[in-house]
Amino acid sequence: MANIIDDATIEYVGILAKLELSDREKEAAKKDMGRMLDYIDQLNELDTSGVEPMSHVLPRRNVFREDIVTNGDGSADALANAPEQKDDMYVVPKTFE
Amino acid sequence: MSKKYETVIGLEIHVELATKTKIFCGCSTAFGGAPNSHTCPVCTGMPGSLPVLNKQVLEYAIAVGLATDCEITRDAKFDRKNYFYPDNPQNYQISQLYLPICRNGRVEIETENGKKFVGIHEIHMEEDAGKLIHDEWEDCSLVDYNRSGVPLIEIVSEPDMRSAEEVIAYLETLRRLIQYLGASDCKLQEGSMRADVNLSVRESGAEKFGRRTEMKNLNSFRAIMHAIENETERQIDLLEEGKEVVQETRRWDDNKGYSYAMRSKEDAQDYRYFPDPDLMPVHVTDEMLEEIRAKQPEFRTEKIERYKREFDIPEYDIGIITETKHMADLFEETTALCGQPKKVSNWLMGETLRLLKENNADPEDIRFSPKHLASLISLVDSKAITGPVAKDVFEKMFAEDIDPEAYVEENGLKTVNDEGALRAVVEKVLTENPQSVADYKGGKQKAIGFLVGQTMKAMKGKADPGLVNQMLKELLG
Amino acid sequence: MGILDYTAVELSEQIRTGKCTAIDAMEAVFERIGEKEEEYHCYITADRESALKKAAAVQRKIEAGELTGPLAGVPVAVKDNLCTKGVLTSCASRILSNFVPAYSATAVENLEKAGAVMVGKTNMDEFAMGSTTETSYYGVTRNPVNPEHVPGGSSGGSAAAVALGECFVALGSDTGGSVRQPASYCGVVGLKPTYGMVSRYGLVAYGSSLDQIGPLTKNVTDAAYLLEAIASYDEKDSTSEPSAERDFTSALTEDVKGMRIGIPKDYFGEGLDAEVKAAVLAGAEVLKKAGAMVEEFDLGMVEYAIPAYYTIATAEASSNLERFDGIKYGYRTEQFEGLHNMYKKTRSEGFGEEVKRRIMLGSFVLSSGYYDAYYLKALRTKALIKKAFDEAFEKYDLILGPVAPSTAPKLGESLSDPLKMYLGDIYTISVNLAGLPGISVPCGKDGNGLPVGLQLIGDCFEEKKLIRAAYTYEKASAKLKEATEIS
Repeated sequence: MANIIDDATIEYVGILAKLELSDREKEAAKKDMGRMLDYIDQLNELDTSGVEPMSHVLPRRNVFREDIVTNGDGSADALANAPEQKDDMYVVPKTFE
Repeated sequence: MSKKYETVIGLEIHVELATKTKIFCGCSTAFGGAPNSHTCPVCTGMPGSLPVLNKQVLEYAIAVGLATDCEITRDAKFDRKNYFYPDNPQNYQISQLYLPICRNGRVEIETENGKKFVGIHEIHMEEDAGKLIHDEWEDCSLVDYNRSGVPLIEIVSEPDMRSAEEVIAYLETLRRLIQYLGASDCKLQEGSMRADVNLSVRESGAEKFGRRTEMKNLNSFRAIMHAIENETERQIDLLEEGKEVVQETRRWDDNKGYSYAMRSKEDAQDYRYFPDPDLMPVHVTDEMLEEIRAKQPEFRTEKIERYKREFDIPEYDIGIITETKHMADLFEETTALCGQPKKVSNWLMGETLRLLKENNADPEDIRFSPKHLASLISLVDSKAITGPVAKDVFEKMFAEDIDPEAYVEENGLKTVNDEGALRAVVEKVLTENPQSVADYKGGKQKAIGFLVGQTMKAMKGKADPGLVNQMLKELLG
Repeated sequence: MGILDYTAVELSEQIRTGKCTAIDAMEAVFERIGEKEEEYHCYITADRESALKKAAAVQRKIEAGELTGPLAGVPVAVKDNLCTKGVLTSCASRILSNFVPAYSATAVENLEKAGAVMVGKTNMDEFAMGSTTETSYYGVTRNPVNPEHVPGGSSGGSAAAVALGECFVALGSDTGGSVRQPASYCGVVGLKPTYGMVSRYGLVAYGSSLDQIGPLTKNVTDAAYLLEAIASYDEKDSTSEPSAERDFTSALTEDVKGMRIGIPKDYFGEGLDAEVKAAVLAGAEVLKKAGAMVEEFDLGMVEYAIPAYYTIATAEASSNLERFDGIKYGYRTEQFEGLHNMYKKTRSEGFGEEVKRRIMLGSFVLSSGYYDAYYLKALRTKALIKKAFDEAFEKYDLILGPVAPSTAPKLGESLSDPLKMYLGDIYTISVNLAGLPGISVPCGKDGNGLPVGLQLIGDCFEEKKLIRAAYTYEKASAKLKEATEIS
């Protein structure tokens, strides 16, 4: 494998993605990610110099809405699925000391 | 301190735009409202919801860019900034990194040391986050998404400022400009304008910048001044002790007067920006630019020049009146109605500023209409009411924008011009104050002032003081 | 002939003419569900009582003349990643295992307007990440032809439900082949529309630049009708195309005379199963006989589609799935210490293995220092893939090829080797990268009786050509089959 994924990388990506992998999952992730990156490295065979990265396949631009209020009170719908709520707000673990 | 240091400051300013709706959905941006009432699937990050750009946001952003001499990016895009935090329902913020709407601008500022330009690196559009409320009773925080998705522009300056005074001048200049555009009310206290300060120090004459910190949570000009002084000292102390400045984000605590690092090992600061596939690119056409350019208002510098030409009022007054567009508009509209610039200016410079200060309010909060101020001026001119009455009426007008004419009528405040009635009152005052009469007759000219005052009091202010004076002199012979 | 043997269009004709009712149809569907569901497990949610109630309401409207369209009264299954107001929308994930949306996807609303009646929500690979419907939190769906095999994925529940008669038509979503490949494995028709044809509003996003909702049906006619019902310009989806032609049923004509069809040589090389190859080429022959001009050509870029796709799709997915954090909806871990621990435990427990694998990869390719090398490189590759198709469509009206390299694998065979599973998407993935429409129509069976699908690919917004060719093929091959059976 050309791409060796170490523990630190898995740890770092875990922080970014907010995933905590078990030791078994970590080993599997290291292997899988390394293999996938090796595979993705095939793209380096391609000369893409001068090619614009294409985020949208369709050429549409300037899709706007007018500045008009269309929505009413959304609190009931917003909170209907909340795991925990208080005073019409979502409850989360304390965010600062 | 043996060495001399220079402070290098750049600002990142977030300005809430004055749109009716949020940047990507049709929810209201109005302040207040019950928690989470101004929300929909889009601004609460519901699965399957999609953003659609509010056109007014783009127009405001371009307008601010034009007013700050920016290049407008003809093909702009939105990017996602990925980070987990509960105030951000999608855990990514839609912002602009790679192709921001405006770049390479500048504004001219003026301090005691003269004029200089501060460069604008870029202006980009983005969405605001929701509000986190700390629950005092339980060990948790609460999230309200009413502000989530409110449109912001972030104005990133070049590191061109060297002192707190320059920072304040820059902020005031930008604020005035954006208020003139009507793009935002720019209130620091209310958070519609927020400044993060990037600051580093270096030895005077050094070419390289020092390592910088970013200061957040600055809610007033005073806090900004204070934080800049504090952080400058902190960094110089570190350098003097032979230590290094750590590049970090710090939070200012204005009550305690110091800042602390906002660090967390869970905070990788790797935002993984990439173009948002849910939003189509923005293409600014010549027509769009022309349309926005045509709508640009006359800014302060031009306005000052014009006022100097058109209105015979002191330069000092012009300076104050043009501080805000609201005040300048009020001045011009009232003047157009009554044709008396000096009198309008007097009302604005005098009573209006006094009452604003007393109420701790800004010129944007003025509620009375030009029509009513003009009508008050004409009531005084025609001697229908006296100066003191006019001041009382003005206070009422300032508070509730009453129609002065109707108010004067309803409350019987008109000056009494009936000479017979006035003569009777004056005669009564003379008989009741024999000592003053004697004093006057004995050569004490000043005693007449007291008698005028007594008459005015008896008339409840509704007499022409000149007429009273004249009548007193006549009767005192 | 039983009620379940009708196609959707035939059924609505029966209902319209009073030969049966929407309630009868729904009853029949639930009877079939009762027989088959335990073994095949097509649905995550299917509530007989509420479905019958809705069918009764639709029947009243039909009788009152308020609903006259060709889908009025037709029982439809909806993939569980499409938001349905008041009905569990789990994306086959534990993390959404209690999520009941307050709104419906635009495509679902469009179906309701057309008078179609929802049977329930179908099983799928978790968040549409997979090709076998084995990564579902709710267990696997089995292949309707042979329960030892997978139905394909990620819209495996929808495809199997159509094939088994557990609904008349179904909606799926296709990010890299997730409608076409299960259609092929289950022997039904699956159509992936041009990007922008059907609103994505209310479709829980996997790869936002690639996702499209598409129909799974018994035949091409139903596919055209279903697509016509769900396709619309939607102001709520910035990527929705306002000016596209959406009168698909007008293309249901047997006419491919002069149509130029290209067969990419690159699609028939190493890795393609011989029986699949034979069936697909026989299909091409049918179109040739019907008057199309068919020839081979070099498409190019084929081998680069999968690496580009897995970079782009996982990057977008890593961001799209950040919103599942245990705060606003869905699963939240029981015990945690502080905010970040809550995030990590909720997500680690809430997502399955394949989803975590893709989130990790996607987060990595976007992370500092790798964005240019991986993500931008993939977007540049995508531009080249699009260019290759553009060039092909200068010469051809349509491209013809297989849907998948093989027929449905056995259960459990694919997940052990993710990369191998990804390689199975080779013929479908580039269509999503280029935003093109593609259709899978049954073209025969392998030696084990497992269905083979033939894929037709059109240029952007050329669904009508696609439907015309697929319809012609379907009619011609049926006649051919009839003739062979008689002789």
